Amino acid sequence: MKTMFEQVRANKNQSYLLMAFFIVVVGVLGAILGLVWGNVYVGLFISMFISLFYTVFSYYGGDKMILLMTGSKPVAKEQYPYLYNTVEGLALAAGVPSPQAYVIDDSALNAFATGRDPKHASITVTSGLLKVMDRQELEGVVAHEMSHIKNYDIRFMMLTTVLVGLVTLLSDFILRSMWYSRGSRDRGRGGGQAQAILLLVGLLFAVLAPVIGQLMRLAISRQREYLADANAVVLTRYPPGLAGALEKIKNDPDPLVDNANKATAHLFISSPFRKTKSFLSSFFSTHPPVEERIKRIMEL
Amino acid sequence: MIDLFCIGLVVLLVAVGVPILFVVIVYNGLIRLRNEVDNSFAQIDVQLKRRNDLIPNLVETVKGYAAHEKTLFENIAKARSAVMSATGVQDKARASNMLSDTLKSLFAVVENYPQLKANENFMQLQEELSGTENKIAYSRQHYNDVVMEFNTRIQLFPNNLIAGPLGFKNKELFTAPEAEREAPKVKF
Repeated sequence: MKTMFEQVRANKNQSYLLMAFFIVVVGVLGAILGLVWGNVYVGLFISMFISLFYTVFSYYGGDKMILLMTGSKPVAKEQYPYLYNTVEGLALAAGVPSPQAYVIDDSALNAFATGRDPKHASITVTSGLLKVMDRQELEGVVAHEMSHIKNYDIRFMMLTTVLVGLVTLLSDFILRSMWYSRGSRDRGRGGGQAQAILLLVGLLFAVLAPVIGQLMRLAISRQREYLADANAVVLTRYPPGLAGALEKIKNDPDPLVDNANKATAHLFISSPFRKTKSFLSSFFSTHPPVEERIKRIMEL
Repeated sequence: MIDLFCIGLVVLLVAVGVPILFVVIVYNGLIRLRNEVDNSFAQIDVQLKRRNDLIPNLVETVKGYAAHEKTLFENIAKARSAVMSATGVQDKARASNMLSDTLKSLFAVVENYPQLKANENFMQLQEELSGTENKIAYSRQHYNDVVMEFNTRIQLFPNNLIAGPLGFKNKELFTAPEAEREAPKVKF
């Protein structure tokens, strides 16, 4: 088992690697577009500029973007003293500054943490979770998120969401627009070239898509979740708390978080989608099975 | 001749430089860890103080419904001032546990007063207090973890050769005689 220090270092390194990878990929895309337009350097320059800007923005503002995307609202201590006390208590146990608490108004039982480091972190829970969990169970869930914060999982997961997630969403968008624009191919005179470019970009994304899917799965790696579970128990010293919470999450009749999408799914403590047994869902599955997690927690 | 001189110089540099480097690294590591110990102790203190600040309000509210439980209030006042005046780590731990116990008996007594239990103000104070009790337990747990790490670090060879001369001493654990997690877990 890796020490906390090694985990933190690995997460930081992976984060830098991801940012470099993103800049290179976008740079190459820009160069290809530039080639099509007639000037490689202009394309490269523009895309490098954009990707650098977006990467810096992602690093410092990615968490805000995620909180916005998921509809998380910051809450005051007076509104949710129970949640606040739990978050502050576990921050003390983990020896990190207390993260800001957010709530998603959704009956599904779920939670996630995001931010770039423990000093700039936040924990979000759904209002359903607050309603259903007792104190020990809520402590278990918050401790799991606190572990993600402490070992910098949050940084890598945040960057995956906003960098890789953007590519996923863009490729979805372009492929779809290609599909719809097929019928009107020969409408404009100058349209031929633009179509060709779009086609090229679409093809590129299509090639990239499996790589991206793999990246997303790497990002979440089941090991990360098991580790956060184990560290959560180290914080609370009470395995039945988190196990009970996961049991309730498993039996949640409506696990769909309305604002979750493919890009943000891996952030949550358990998959925010409906349980389906299709090939695609298990292919994209980012979370280890809950039963297995409960079993491992109780063996600690 | 010049070669020999160079080798001699390198050997000398290594012989002096390596021990110095070792001392610097160990010393900085220990300082960092000791600051963390002190900081996490300060965190316990913050929570102890917070609890002490909450108690007068709580007692006033309870008095409104159960004025005759005089000995209970006296015990709480005594335990509270003991926490305030305690200085050493172990003293503080003992005083803090005593206060936790008296508060437990307060909340046990409250069970007999349904009206008090339904009081909005009381319920708020109760949530605050149990939250603070939890935070005391958590900050204590973290403090003890860090102290353990610190003590182990200065006892390990070869750190132990320089830890003593540099003035690093074992830190005391914030220990309680009873089970760590029982006290704050009580359902008020």
